[in-house]
Amino acid sequence: MDLILQGIGGALAKLAALDPDVLDAAVASLVVSGAATALAVVTGVPLGTLVGLTRFRGRRLLLSLVNTGMGLPPVVVGLFVVVFLWRSGALGDLDWYCTRQGMVIAQYFLAAPTVIGLTAIALQNTDPLLRMQLLSLGASRWQAAWLLIRESRLLVLGAVIAGFGAVISEVGASQMVGCNVKGDTRILTTAITLETSKGEFGSAFALAFILLGIIFVLTALTTFAQQRRPVA
Amino acid sequence: MLEARDLIAYRGDRAVAHAARLDLVEGEHLALLGPNGAGKSSLVLGLATLVRTGGELRYRGAPIVDADSYRRKVAVVFQRPLLLDRSVRENAGLGLALRGVGRRERDARADSELARLGVGHLADRSAAALSGGEAQRVSIARALAIDPEILFLDEPFSALDAPTRETLIADLARVLRERGVTTVMVTHDRDEALSLADRIGVVMKGELRQLGTAEAVFGMPADPEIAAFVGVENVIPARVERATDELTSLRIADQRVEITEPPPPGDDFPLLCIRPDDIVISRTPASTSARNSFTARIVRLEPIGRRTRLVLDCGFPLIAHVTRQSAREMDLRVDERVVATFKATVPHLLPRIRH
Repeated sequence: MDLILQGIGGALAKLAALDPDVLDAAVASLVVSGAATALAVVTGVPLGTLVGLTRFRGRRLLLSLVNTGMGLPPVVVGLFVVVFLWRSGALGDLDWYCTRQGMVIAQYFLAAPTVIGLTAIALQNTDPLLRMQLLSLGASRWQAAWLLIRESRLLVLGAVIAGFGAVISEVGASQMVGCNVKGDTRILTTAITLETSKGEFGSAFALAFILLGIIFVLTALTTFAQQRRPVA
Repeated sequence: MLEARDLIAYRGDRAVAHAARLDLVEGEHLALLGPNGAGKSSLVLGLATLVRTGGELRYRGAPIVDADSYRRKVAVVFQRPLLLDRSVRENAGLGLALRGVGRRERDARADSELARLGVGHLADRSAAALSGGEAQRVSIARALAIDPEILFLDEPFSALDAPTRETLIADLARVLRERGVTTVMVTHDRDEALSLADRIGVVMKGELRQLGTAEAVFGMPADPEIAAFVGVENVIPARVERATDELTSLRIADQRVEITEPPPPGDDFPLLCIRPDDIVISRTPASTSARNSFTARIVRLEPIGRRTRLVLDCGFPLIAHVTRQSAREMDLRVDERVVATFKATVPHLLPRIRH
């Protein structure tokens, strides 16, 4: 209990002092996970919409793969990405091993299945007659899909929150791909792991509370946006 | 305006409705009438190209090649209002927004249609806060705002309670008259069809079986199933005794019935159809020009709404309707004798279905 209280105090002290190591790790966490989530949303929402609204050969197989992807172990993703980014790997020329770009790629593969899968479920559960109604009002298929995404915004935003939550809190893939370079690829989760391994529990707790604070603030903001109602 | 030939409407891979021939005339109001599950909604969705179709569908003389472009000329109102989670005004203007109409014009036209449907005062409200009747009015306003050339109504009143339905039907009838918009309405309710339609198409078991004026469909149903559905409760097997230019004499059990309609060609055993409302009940034989008058025993008396249904035995079973007031004034009771009379011009003959 003392350690936890000490951690809260440490977190406040480090924030008050604008501790550069903590700030760097927090900023790196936000940048890497934010970029990975944004990429997952840009690609995952349209793909999830397609899977949710259309019927095509191989759709069930694709959904099974997506659902499997939602449970991918981060270290397995990290391993694959490292192999690809390794100097002799298929993407070795990019020179992204031990960089934030490499971490974004790894986190993207963790967030995207969640965004695709939950978006597909959200769109699949929209009223089929509503889609027909929109088409009958003159909507093109794209317009109808966009309006259905907007109608399903509660669940689609839920998919975004879940995707972001999955990557901001993961450690395995980021550690393996980013190499935990201080001031660059060290993010809050990898910093917590490091501090804990050194026995610096107070420092680890401080970082943990900052991580929890960031997750709470961002998910709260998204939740408020999600629950906002139109004019009454 | 819209011509369908051998039109088949599919749901998935399954053919669920068929119309051998359906011509929609500009400005007319056509009702597709049929029991639940008959395929009338699928047929109307096929006419609106919202489900896969086979056969031929022509709009203003030309085959429909670009379904998106055709759908921008028509509008569909469904059983449920299917409004978006936005304000009433935005919902009413949605079709216009999808056509790229600017906000000012969109809002003006939406407000005008909302006012016409009696929900103008709700324009700023959230659609989620509307009652069922209000929401359906907004849905109709949304369809009319795009000024459709054909309006398809798929049982738009069936989810509403009776008083709400009655006022909405009256208002819609007025609006459709004012606008003169060509309308195809799906309903299983005969009264709705009669309130709004110039012509009626009867859909049964996935097939458009009869299309004609209300008088033709209700007076001369094309087959016994249609007869039963449109309320012709007396469909009685008969035998042709004699047919002249003026009268056809039929034998039913031990009774003779005379009617003006000639028998179906080559069919000596047709079915005699008489609407219960066309039979007059009296205590004593009435002195009238009616050629058919039978003494009958009252087997059963059943109150139905504002009428009483009489099941009679006059050598053959016959069903008649009288007002509840007449039943009271005549003091009708089970097992008593009455006289059932109908004119020779009233019955309609159907060919017997042979299996």
